[in-house]
Amino acid sequence: MTGRLAELVRALGARIVDNWIWRLGFACRFLWFTLKESGPSFRRFHLTIREIYFTGVLSLIIILVSGLFVGMVLGLQGYDTLVRYGSSEALGVLVSLSLVRELGPVVAGLLFASRAGSAITAEIGLMKATEQLSAMEMMAVDPIARVVAPRFWAGVISMPLLAALFSAMGVFGGYLVGVRLIGVDEGSFWSQMQAAVDFREDVLNGVIKSLVFGIAVTWIAVYEGYDAPPTAEGVSGATTRTVVTSSLVLTALMFRGR
Amino acid sequence: MATSNLVEVQNVTFGYDERQVLKDINLVVPQGKVVAIMGLSGCGKTTLLRVIGGALLPDRGEVRVAGRVVNKLSDSELFALRRRMGMLFQFGALFTDMSSFENVAFQMREHTNLPESIIRDLALMKLQAVGLRGAADLMPSELSGGMARRVALARSIALDPMLMMYDEPFTGLDPISLGVIGQLIRRLNDSLGATSIVVTHDVAEALELVDYVYYMSAGKVEFQGTPDQVRAAGLSSLRQFVYGEPDGPVPFHYPAPDYRQDLFAQ
Repeated sequence: MTGRLAELVRALGARIVDNWIWRLGFACRFLWFTLKESGPSFRRFHLTIREIYFTGVLSLIIILVSGLFVGMVLGLQGYDTLVRYGSSEALGVLVSLSLVRELGPVVAGLLFASRAGSAITAEIGLMKATEQLSAMEMMAVDPIARVVAPRFWAGVISMPLLAALFSAMGVFGGYLVGVRLIGVDEGSFWSQMQAAVDFREDVLNGVIKSLVFGIAVTWIAVYEGYDAPPTAEGVSGATTRTVVTSSLVLTALMFRGR
Repeated sequence: MATSNLVEVQNVTFGYDERQVLKDINLVVPQGKVVAIMGLSGCGKTTLLRVIGGALLPDRGEVRVAGRVVNKLSDSELFALRRRMGMLFQFGALFTDMSSFENVAFQMREHTNLPESIIRDLALMKLQAVGLRGAADLMPSELSGGMARRVALARSIALDPMLMMYDEPFTGLDPISLGVIGQLIRRLNDSLGATSIVVTHDVAEALELVDYVYYMSAGKVEFQGTPDQVRAAGLSSLRQFVYGEPDGPVPFHYPAPDYRQDLFAQ
């Protein structure tokens, strides 16, 4: 009985060490190499620009549309609650603070992980599976410098911008529903928002948050791609792991950030 | 001796985990020659090629290319040496996000400061050498298997390497493409003054093409000689390989428990 229990504990420990601690160590080394090799990717910045187009610009539709609707929902539900206490003019404050501080970075991060993160993982994983990375290495070009670093930096640069756009669209959505549709006073909607939202405490905090989320999501995405087993199941598994791990990490980071 | 052999592999042993893939391999590739490494699938040919290219480190022994010990070089020295090596991968491994032209120009852009107009001329010349100048603007997905292999060949000779390595260059090609690739390997080797290693199990094509053959089996060099010596060899496993006999010293069946027992047990 104790033997079986010990066996079980041992198996559990082995799984945790193999699946988590080893991989975390590798991921950290990988991040270090990526940062070390980032010099060349800045010198040939057109590579990073190209990736910003793929990760940032092509994510715009989903970010803008979701931002608008999240804002509209906030406007509607926020009004419903606020009006009971006779403070419906504070709708602007509610919408903007929830977006800028929390929902903007987090929801944009989740969308970014599933739209751009998965694409990065799949692309790098398939490049590995089709030996493009080995070929690059045989041509004396470091794939971390040429393939990974530009994608990493593109994600880190895009994410705060996307989160900002998400929040902006959300505020606009709240305005559409609150002011245009329901008829909250336009002047107090904007002026209360302006008075209550602090640039450093709220806006800058949100930007920093989204930057951290961007680093986390893109790091996970490039690592999973580079580490993917070079098979069809390997790449599909890695893509799934990117989305799942990023979402969990974002949630954890969100509560650390409080 | 050392100057006339571009590649020298001495007592190289290599294993993945416990499984030994290369067992005490010795071989030399003389300057200017085309040498084939032949053997069954899974006998360690490709692994050997990777060891020579410095992508894998041998557990024991050493690999010399142009007088330098590959497995003792630092990363930057290895990269410097690799600029003078070309490798054709089994399925070409073209960069799928670039056109044929960009694929060929890749190394020139990465490793030289040549102006764009010269890079353009050079890349077109390489494509012309493999007969695909007209396909310069096509993407890899628009190329047939044989064409992709030829573009990859043009890419690997982009910087006029001293050593060309071919990993299964004939796999999955139709007879015409196969002949074309074979001819190109020979012609490019002779006109570039390069040295070539061809890893293959395509016996007929290889014996027509190469100067010398190493035959590997289960991680060891079993036989070496000129193509004529290979054809005449008495070694039974080599005979089976050369003439494609289904059963012989290399069994048709993967090792398994007794068939009757397997079927009728319980």
